[in-house]
Amino acid sequence: MIPTTARSGTIAGPAGFLAVVACGLALLFGAPHVTESFGLVQMTGFAALAMFALSQGFVWGYGGIMSFGQAAFLGLGGYAYAVSVINLGDSTLPVLIAIAVPMLFAAALGYFMFFGRISDAYVGVITLTVSVILFQLFNTTSGSQYRIGQAELGGFNGIPAIPVINRIGEPGEQLDIEGLWAVAMSALILVYVLLRAILASRLGRVIVAIRENETRAQLIGYDPRLYKLLAFTISAGIAGLAGCLYANWGGFISPTVFGLSMSAQVIIYVLVGGLGTLIGPMLGAVLIQSLIIAAGTQSMVDSNLGLGLVLVGFVLLVPEGLVPVARRLVVGAAERFTARKRATPGAEPAAANPALAEGGGR
Amino acid sequence: MDLVGLLGFNVFTGVATLALITLGLGVIYGMMRIINLAHGEFMMLGAYTAVVAVDAGVNIWVAMLVLPPLIVGLIGLLIERAVIRFLYGRMMDTMLATWGISLGLIGLVTTLYGNVVRGVSTPVGSFEIGRYGASLYSLVIIAAALAALGGMLALLRLTRFGLILRATMQNPRMAAALGVSPDRIYMATFALGAGLAGLAGGVLAPISGVSPAMGAAYIARAFITVLGGGPAIITGTGLAASLFGTINELVAFRTTPVIGDVVLLLAAVLLIRVLPQGITGRYLRRSL
Repeated sequence: MIPTTARSGTIAGPAGFLAVVACGLALLFGAPHVTESFGLVQMTGFAALAMFALSQGFVWGYGGIMSFGQAAFLGLGGYAYAVSVINLGDSTLPVLIAIAVPMLFAAALGYFMFFGRISDAYVGVITLTVSVILFQLFNTTSGSQYRIGQAELGGFNGIPAIPVINRIGEPGEQLDIEGLWAVAMSALILVYVLLRAILASRLGRVIVAIRENETRAQLIGYDPRLYKLLAFTISAGIAGLAGCLYANWGGFISPTVFGLSMSAQVIIYVLVGGLGTLIGPMLGAVLIQSLIIAAGTQSMVDSNLGLGLVLVGFVLLVPEGLVPVARRLVVGAAERFTARKRATPGAEPAAANPALAEGGGR
Repeated sequence: MDLVGLLGFNVFTGVATLALITLGLGVIYGMMRIINLAHGEFMMLGAYTAVVAVDAGVNIWVAMLVLPPLIVGLIGLLIERAVIRFLYGRMMDTMLATWGISLGLIGLVTTLYGNVVRGVSTPVGSFEIGRYGASLYSLVIIAAALAALGGMLALLRLTRFGLILRATMQNPRMAAALGVSPDRIYMATFALGAGLAGLAGGVLAPISGVSPAMGAAYIARAFITVLGGGPAIITGTGLAASLFGTINELVAFRTTPVIGDVVLLLAAVLLIRVLPQGITGRYLRRSL
């Protein structure tokens, strides 16, 4: 169920974009003055997960690709960073490796899926299966024979004490809490801007066109297989960067990053926030993660139960997600307001009305 | 020679296990085009049914073979009425909803029974293939798989209910015009698939640790087998289980079960590149 209302180029587009970037910058520079280090650490985690949600929101909401195993790329990114930074010392190259490894993996997997022209549902099943098998594979890597260079993979316990990102070219100068927050939040803003740029470009428009009607896009002359593969690979790179930040934030990484509940969580972020938006997944990530943390302090009920109920509830009752619903309410109110204005004699007919009714930007 | 005998026996067991864990998923997917992401959790519920029943003093064979399909089938029926029936025709939403159900069931069972591994002791001993010992319980698994496949085939081929089921699968509108309620048929099919998953969970309970998250250990293989099998439920499940089960067992024998799963996945990815519709999408199309 892909909403067809999320169109680009409406009046909410540029304004909404600038508002989101402004909010992001305000958070980036404002947060260290307002919160203690504990809050800052928590928000760094949120930023990593929000980026993870962006990768899912892009590939699923705009590409129409049911990537249900996005955790595979998060985990590969995290592990790639951890292994390479332990071996290399300096963190600059490992960050790039953390983006490149999931992209290569996604390109290989995507080739078989998209060029095999399997149905959407099969894509969902295969990506899910891949993440499950990676989870099982990394679980069995305990023991000193499973090592890449100096990094032991550590099986179920994962890799502890991963060095934090350092200043470029100075391996000794590791970032402090405030520095890591600045890096994570700037990266999140950059990824958001990048995705908006992609969506505004020809590439993004073709990707959305294929989501809307694959046959038509193909008849016009675009190769859906190639564009799907591109969208899938881009989102894998973003998830990999999120995994790198996630590993930095926690200081360790374990096979649970590949787990089914990780893939489920990011699906829930996107679904709750709003499919076919970019701001929705980010807000969804923060909202759901805050709820999980709040629920984690009690031990009566397992948090999976709550997540499951949220997922079923949203699919049944609010399938489009919170941001589109909120936007519709706001637009509806604005329409009523302008309609009342029009009823008063002498007032100009609201020219922006048709554009507003189209459902806003992203 | 003994080793070959043992390996052959293991391959046969592996194929039977794969067919058993896949059939319930295949029935729901083949009949209703719903990919039931809660399949692993239905198996988990079946296994828990067996554990709880054995603890309560029920005869172990009843606890393993009779109660799980009945109870999980009933749970499937309730879930179909409460959630799934509102989502027919919306494939992605049904996947998401069943995923939510999967998480919810894991959470519910964890809340009720705790995140611990439980087990049932195997009710039969072992026998010898030459110098090697093999578990007699493998024979139970093989018998259960054959009975489940044969039972489904008989149900679809020989009974009036099976005829109606196949007709609804082919053309729900025409079936409705002839006085069949597709809604009821879908309800029954979902319950049937859930019951088969429950049976698989009950049968596998003695040889696997029973824990809330146990479903994840099986679903990867089950999904791969359904994809590989293609549209014909019984033939597809049987063929794909034979192919993948053999690959999986042979690789797992040489290396580890996890590497076996990895190779299984690679084989499946290669297979769907060549046969996107699965084996029965190209061959044996008219089979069941």
